[in-house]
Amino acid sequence: MTLADTRSPLLRISSLTKRFGGFTALRNVSVDIRPGERFGLIGPNGSGKTTLINCISGAFRTEPGTILFGDEDITPLQPHVRTRRGIARSFQIPRPFRSMTVAENLMVALDFAAHEHVSVGERRDTMMSILEQMGLGSKANVPATQLSQVELRKMELARAMATHPKLLISDEAMAGLSGSEVDEVLDLLLSFASCNITIIMIEHIMQAVMRFSERVMCLDAGTIIAIGTPSEVMADQRVQEAYLGT
Amino acid sequence: MTRNGIAFWTGAAVFLAAVFAMTQLVGNQYPFFAGYVILQFVALAVAWSILGGYAGYVNFGTSAFFGVGVYASVFLVNAFGAPLPVQILTGAAIGALMGFALGLLTLRMQGIFFSIATIALTIIIETTITNWRYVGGAAGIQIQRPAVTAPFDNYVQMLFFVQALLVVLAVAISRYIQNSWIGRGLQALRDDELAAECTGVPTLRLKLLACVISGALMCAVGAPSAMYLQYADPAGAFNLNYSVSTLAMSLIGGTAHWSGPIVGAILLGTTQQLLTVTISSEVNVLVLGVMLVLFVVGAPEGIIGLIRKLRGKGKEGEA
Repeated sequence: MTLADTRSPLLRISSLTKRFGGFTALRNVSVDIRPGERFGLIGPNGSGKTTLINCISGAFRTEPGTILFGDEDITPLQPHVRTRRGIARSFQIPRPFRSMTVAENLMVALDFAAHEHVSVGERRDTMMSILEQMGLGSKANVPATQLSQVELRKMELARAMATHPKLLISDEAMAGLSGSEVDEVLDLLLSFASCNITIIMIEHIMQAVMRFSERVMCLDAGTIIAIGTPSEVMADQRVQEAYLGT
Repeated sequence: MTRNGIAFWTGAAVFLAAVFAMTQLVGNQYPFFAGYVILQFVALAVAWSILGGYAGYVNFGTSAFFGVGVYASVFLVNAFGAPLPVQILTGAAIGALMGFALGLLTLRMQGIFFSIATIALTIIIETTITNWRYVGGAAGIQIQRPAVTAPFDNYVQMLFFVQALLVVLAVAISRYIQNSWIGRGLQALRDDELAAECTGVPTLRLKLLACVISGALMCAVGAPSAMYLQYADPAGAFNLNYSVSTLAMSLIGGTAHWSGPIVGAILLGTTQQLLTVTISSEVNVLVLGVMLVLFVVGAPEGIIGLIRKLRGKGKEGEA
């Protein structure tokens, strides 16, 4: 047993179920995410990946099932409270604040989610240093609507990082990007991980998942069909069936 | 204080001084009657824009808040002979409570559903007042103005000055909100409510706050109206025209900046007053409609948006 295994999990999801009317999107999902882990979440379209993220970030209410973050049961908490506790996310389809500049988008996060009370000047410094780290320094005063796809993805990650998260959930941040852009975003995620931020990455691009993840979980039709190291999961019979059909 | 802040407060002081000078110098009563109505709409439009503009929640209930302000005064005068400042403060307090209740009940609804709920509010309150004998019921009620206090020698002149004070108060609050974290949060939730929540913005709480402030101001603006008309009836106090005009003024002026509703209200309010005198009071409803259509098609961001666009183009030309 390694040391990481004996530490208490950062996020503990216990028997989570989510129904939409008669449709069960998630069925009895239980998983522990360890502090500092790089966790890959895969599965075919419609398997419940984004639903799971929505449950963790609080966009959806879950009836049966609990979510522990650290030692706290966050199941009854609203999304903005969860963000302040340290859960940040990006969206599958980018959702920037369209009437704002890139800098203002980040300032929303710093105004509302920053943990310590800091002056406006300090917040501006933090904002600029995050943008520089993202390679968006020159875009600070550009309206969010004028960004390219890759810049938009990076801005979403930057905004999430500005909330000062312990857990970052990246929902297909690389979808629709070119090969070199995928590497850029992947390097950014890896650099966050090296700063001790736990990351859950949903991705369809398998090379990215394999390179990034310490552990991978595969969902199919709302249930966990495999969880383990990337190579274990890829070799799993059921994962191959889920992706390729039987 | 920043340079902008100094400029703003200087402007506000000059405005109030000019209004006060006007009450002392101008003998003709008509400018005060007309000016009062224009100022009333400026204050209403600015107040409306706090929820309708910054947060993007279109409130059709302006007439409900306005009417409650009117009837708060009617009740206070009838029951206690309360003076004007008490009427306005009580109006504001009731408006705040009403905004809070309306917000709790309806702000979970988004878009058009919220707007429809606010129309329902107007109808419910108007029906209640219509059936409340003590404040006159459907027939309305006459109100006796008390003696005017110095330095004013006419009650309408005093009301004109009071309404100018309310305008300054509303604008100062609106400007503060826009420049503060509250404004940034409202703007974020207007753009995308889920993204705002996930960025740490307590959306429901901010919307409630906007609704409370907006409601308190609208009721406060309505309160002196009973004294202005010396009469109140439900059909007049809860006239849908207040909702439509306020909304049109804010949208035509532009809601992206605190000054937009002021520009819109002065433009439309003045036009309405001129048309009422020169042609008829029915025509001004038509003009309002036509202008709203023209702006929605031609300049959806309002006058402020149009100016910004032109300026932006000018800058590009220079470069």
